[in-house]
Amino acid sequence: MGATFDLWKATKWVLFYLLVAVIVVVSVFPFYYAILTSFKTGTALFQVNYWPTSFSLDNYWNVLNSGSFPRNLLNSIFVSSVTVILALFLAITASFALARVRFRGRGLLLLTILGISMFPQMAVLAGLFEVIRALGIYNTPWALIFSYTIFTLPFTVWVLTTFMRDLPVEIEEAAIVDGASPWVIITRVFMPLMWPALVTTGILAFIGAWNEFLFALTFTSNNDTRTVPVAIALLSGSTQYEIPWGNIMAASVIVTVPLVILVLVFQRKIVSGLTAGGVKG
Amino acid sequence: MAAIELRNVRKSFGMVDVIKGVDLEVRKGEFMVFVGPSGCGKSTLLRLISGLEDITSGDMLFDGKLVNALAPSKRGIAMVFQSYALYPHMTVYENMAFGLTLEKGKGKEEIRQRVEKAADMLQIRQYLDRLPKQLSGGQRQRVAIGRAITRDPKVFLFDEPLSNLDAALRVATRIEIAKLHESMDHVTMIYVTHDQVEAMTLADRICVLRDGYVEQVGTPMELYERPDSIFVAGFIGSPKMNFIAGDKAEKFGCKTLGIRGEHMDVSADGIWEGTVIHTENLGADSYVYLDMGQEEPIVVRLDGTATYQSGAVVKVSPQEERIHRFDADGKPIR
Repeated sequence: MGATFDLWKATKWVLFYLLVAVIVVVSVFPFYYAILTSFKTGTALFQVNYWPTSFSLDNYWNVLNSGSFPRNLLNSIFVSSVTVILALFLAITASFALARVRFRGRGLLLLTILGISMFPQMAVLAGLFEVIRALGIYNTPWALIFSYTIFTLPFTVWVLTTFMRDLPVEIEEAAIVDGASPWVIITRVFMPLMWPALVTTGILAFIGAWNEFLFALTFTSNNDTRTVPVAIALLSGSTQYEIPWGNIMAASVIVTVPLVILVLVFQRKIVSGLTAGGVKG
Repeated sequence: MAAIELRNVRKSFGMVDVIKGVDLEVRKGEFMVFVGPSGCGKSTLLRLISGLEDITSGDMLFDGKLVNALAPSKRGIAMVFQSYALYPHMTVYENMAFGLTLEKGKGKEEIRQRVEKAADMLQIRQYLDRLPKQLSGGQRQRVAIGRAITRDPKVFLFDEPLSNLDAALRVATRIEIAKLHESMDHVTMIYVTHDQVEAMTLADRICVLRDGYVEQVGTPMELYERPDSIFVAGFIGSPKMNFIAGDKAEKFGCKTLGIRGEHMDVSADGIWEGTVIHTENLGADSYVYLDMGQEEPIVVRLDGTATYQSGAVVKVSPQEERIHRFDADGKPIR
């Protein structure tokens, strides 16, 4: 009896880790292959290898020293950072009102915000284009900041609102008695308590803005104003007929690594932030 | 130092009237306790005085000045909450100093002195660098009281501050608050509780609330000796006052006769007869529960240890001068 039991346990163990391995391979392989390719040059690019065969940083050198890629990288950093700051600022103040101030139509407003987040990008692209032309920010980073903030806000506001609702009312009242204005309550009492939620939503907003392609393609028109996803897509080789895979892969790795590091650094906060709002409701 | 006056104050939440017209005067330097069953509006009344809730109609005056629309921080009040409501991310020192740092023209040195003075009063000086989560419940409540003291308020508001503490700590903190009141005799204190023992031991005057109305205001002894209604008579005092209806009451010329357990004597020529249901020996005294044909058992409080068997028949009589007589409306006949 004991032997069969152990066998069953071992089988379960093997099956479980087999499944884990499959999931890991499927999700990590594309990125792994990109890294692999980025180290290859010349015709080696077109040989299929699953293990590193050559190591050369030529592609990275090319990408960083040619054309406008460094500029695009700075654009991306600027656009994503400003989007995060702007979105968090608006979302914190909005969620304070939505979570703590009683007013007519609050529920409807929250549902509307949620509804907006369901619009596909394509549906609003044309309208947004007109708005951006009218505002005179076409082909500037502000066009992207503006449109990304619009698309980030619903999620950010919802997460922060649920989080803020769970903060004890008495703490706010104690601060009111202490003479704190709403602004002081938000910045000096609530924000320190909301770091996990702020980090989570901030990082997700950053990733969203960093990887966005469609708006970035539509609202910019020259190399100096593009962000990296578009720049990578438009990387061209020495001739029209050559796709510079090595450069593309190197650029992709350069773009992805900061995000991976960012997420790894804050992963604990992200987990506690994602659960904090939901569990205790 | 502030005298507080409420004139026909009402509060409604939507369609629900919670405070239904309260006239009340709290004197300068007085320790006033609001007491009543849950849902009577005592906490709401406190929140109206604090300014955390706006009054629906009526007037509220601090030292003769109308404060109806004044923000809480401008009223010169400090509040201690049931759940402590400390700022979790701040140290004890920062918690206590927070209100002062928001005031303009307060130097760091002055703030430090005031925080330390309050910390010394409450013996929490050694905890100033700790975070609230590193403190026990009793210590947290001290910090909350300390935070209130640092603000140097004219009016001190307590919202059931002892409810979250265990029994032993509750008694200790109660004495602490009584001492605090003695050492700050110029500060008006208003204290909300549902525990009539806290009310009796702490209050200069008690305000008994019932269903949004003030039932009676008076010193603890006034309420104990001369309750203005059956409700107050039953609410103040432990064990609860016995109420006797029917023939026994009519003999004394009233609808309901109230007599406290400690004002009855067991004697062979007692005028009432009852069967012992249960005896509780508390050491110093004991409660004997008698079945006398009333809706509820009659409690007799005796000194020392009672040795009655359940089922034994006992004769008791009330002390005549301690009898409370009530008419059909629950009002006293005097």
